[in-house]
Amino acid sequence: MVEKKGLSYWLSHAGLILGVIVIGFPIWLAFVASTVTQSEIVSPPMPLLPGGEFITNYKEALFSGINAPVALMLLNSTIMALGIALGKIFISLLSAFAIVYFRFPGRQLFFWMIFLTLMLPIEVRIVPSYGVVAQFGMLNSYSGLIFPLIASATATFLFRQFFLTIPNELTEAARVDGAGPVRFFFDIILPMSKTNIAALFVILFIYGWNQFLWPLLITTDPSMNTIVMGIKQMFPSGDDNANWPVIMATSLLAMVPPVLIVIFMQKFFVRGLIESEK
Amino acid sequence: MKARNNRMASIRIKEVFKSFYKTKIIHGISIDIQEGEFLVIVGPSGCGKSTLLRMVAGLETVSAGEIFINGRMVNEDEPMERNVAMVFQNYALYPHMNVFNNMAYGLKIAGTSKKEIKTRVDNAASILQLEDLLERKPRDLSGGQRQRVAMGRAIVRKPDVFLFDEPLSNLDAKLRVKMRLEIKALQRSLKTTSLYVTHDQVEAMTLADRMVVMNNGKAEQIGVPLEVYDYPATLFVAQFIGSPSMNIFKGNSNNNAVTFGDSIEISSKTRFDGEVFVGIRPEHLIVDPDGLLTVRLKITEPLGANTLVYGTVKGTNEEVVISLPGTVEIDSLKNEMRLSFQNKNIHIFDRKTNKRIG
Ligand SMILES: Nc1ncnc2c1ncn2[C@@H]1O[C@H](COP(=O)(O)OP(=O)(O)OP(=O)(O)O)[C@@H](O)[C@H]1O
Ligand SMILES: [Mg+2]
Repeated sequence: MVEKKGLSYWLSHAGLILGVIVIGFPIWLAFVASTVTQSEIVSPPMPLLPGGEFITNYKEALFSGINAPVALMLLNSTIMALGIALGKIFISLLSAFAIVYFRFPGRQLFFWMIFLTLMLPIEVRIVPSYGVVAQFGMLNSYSGLIFPLIASATATFLFRQFFLTIPNELTEAARVDGAGPVRFFFDIILPMSKTNIAALFVILFIYGWNQFLWPLLITTDPSMNTIVMGIKQMFPSGDDNANWPVIMATSLLAMVPPVLIVIFMQKFFVRGLIESEK
Repeated sequence: MKARNNRMASIRIKEVFKSFYKTKIIHGISIDIQEGEFLVIVGPSGCGKSTLLRMVAGLETVSAGEIFINGRMVNEDEPMERNVAMVFQNYALYPHMNVFNNMAYGLKIAGTSKKEIKTRVDNAASILQLEDLLERKPRDLSGGQRQRVAMGRAIVRKPDVFLFDEPLSNLDAKLRVKMRLEIKALQRSLKTTSLYVTHDQVEAMTLADRMVVMNNGKAEQIGVPLEVYDYPATLFVAQFIGSPSMNIFKGNSNNNAVTFGDSIEISSKTRFDGEVFVGIRPEHLIVDPDGLLTVRLKITEPLGANTLVYGTVKGTNEEVVISLPGTVEIDSLKNEMRLSFQNKNIHIFDRKTNKRIG
């Protein structure tokens, strides 16, 4: 560490602190708004320090909410995000395994077909997807929330690239040791992919958590609402007053699980990266 | 050779061919490996050694021909069914498993009992001095230790055959010599039939009970190391085995008389008419004031135990290298040197077929 406290040192720190304030201030305001009463918010000037309604507001948000209790929406979101992340990882591990380790007719074709679906995000195919899900009677259900989002060309591609870096000799050593394809997958490939899985899990969990359009479309029952769309649903239509403290509390609560996932999983994949299993 | 015939051939490679798509790599090789024998395949890079070994292992299909292990045709068998163990050049240890599990993995798959696995792994670990490392991951081991783990993984399985693909080429020179001796001692005590691939002729000469010299997908010669050294069957073998390489001069044979160099005439036991190559190993040239061969000196390389002298043959300007024992002070003013040789150390090859004729 070079200890150099010149002008550039102070400038760069000032820049960073300014950045933190710019990003952190709205969150702080949201927090303040979630701890005061409705009347305190609507009467200017807006308070800048937390008030005394923290427990009341969060209790109201969590257990009664506006359309549905936030606790329930959090649960729905968690199930959806976990389902999407784990499902995507599972499917793309299997398809990458097939593409890299098995020689079957049309292998390249399938790979490119999977790759092409990268260009078809849910927004592009939302009408047919809705049709299919509706026909299967999966509206307002977890499977309807999860399955249409589960295929992942990105993850398949990443796993494929990773498998290609696993030395051939290792595969052959496993064959000589008598490991069939299934054993090889579970005993060698899966543990070696740990780091990649952890990293992808974080990214895909947040991807799933932030889904907005799709849940909005297929969940009409408030008890199936997810939190990200739920916040939008809380805004009143027409002349009703928005219950800002509860909405703000909900927003902050919606950020907690992704933040926890990042903090918790970070340990795993940073350690994995340092250990470098190859 | 006679004594071996009444023993069972442990591996029989019969007229084996291999091509990748249109490219032919192995052009019909037949080798019989006796039970307990240590057979080394040596040859230059790209000659198909690994391919041949991998066909025996079952990692590569056989294009034509048959491979037998213990009398059973194994062409269609998976590697595991052949009961072979292989040591790879880069060790191929499972990076996420500790040393114990690396060695135990094959046994676990085979369904061996926990107790038996532990006994066998502990036994292998003590033979290979790995007892203190059983909990370590491969990345925390030195090259030599990894090499030992790879060996351990092979021996715990008690296979019918050990296959080695250049297992020492990633080690430094000193460790290579040490591990070479260990492998040899281990194979001696286990008496497991072994097939060992290397491009290093010193390794081949020291390890082999018999060796196969391969070139361009063909077995040029199969024999015990000294036999191959003393009686190379082809020009290629003559030049490939021995360091520095054998000196080769153009010559002519007329009946039993062979002439080469500056009209040097020698007699050969074999009658032959036509163009030949005459070969003499660098260590078989002797400094002799009355010698027939006159060499113009270029440079010397003192190696300590011996000295290499490079020069050209007077008359034909062919390159020649001489290995003289000890440190030799060459009088730099006297830049010519006379050398003699014994007739028994002369090798004669047909220049058309490159085959040995005497
Ligand atoms: N899977 C493959 N597809 C096409 N060609 C191959 C394949 N494997 C090997 N070859 C070719 O076969 C030839 C022999 O390869 P091989 O690995 O057996 O050589 P080697 O004698 O082991 O050489 P080295 O000492 O460098 O390991 C090479 O020319 C190589 O390019
Ligand atoms: Mg090779």
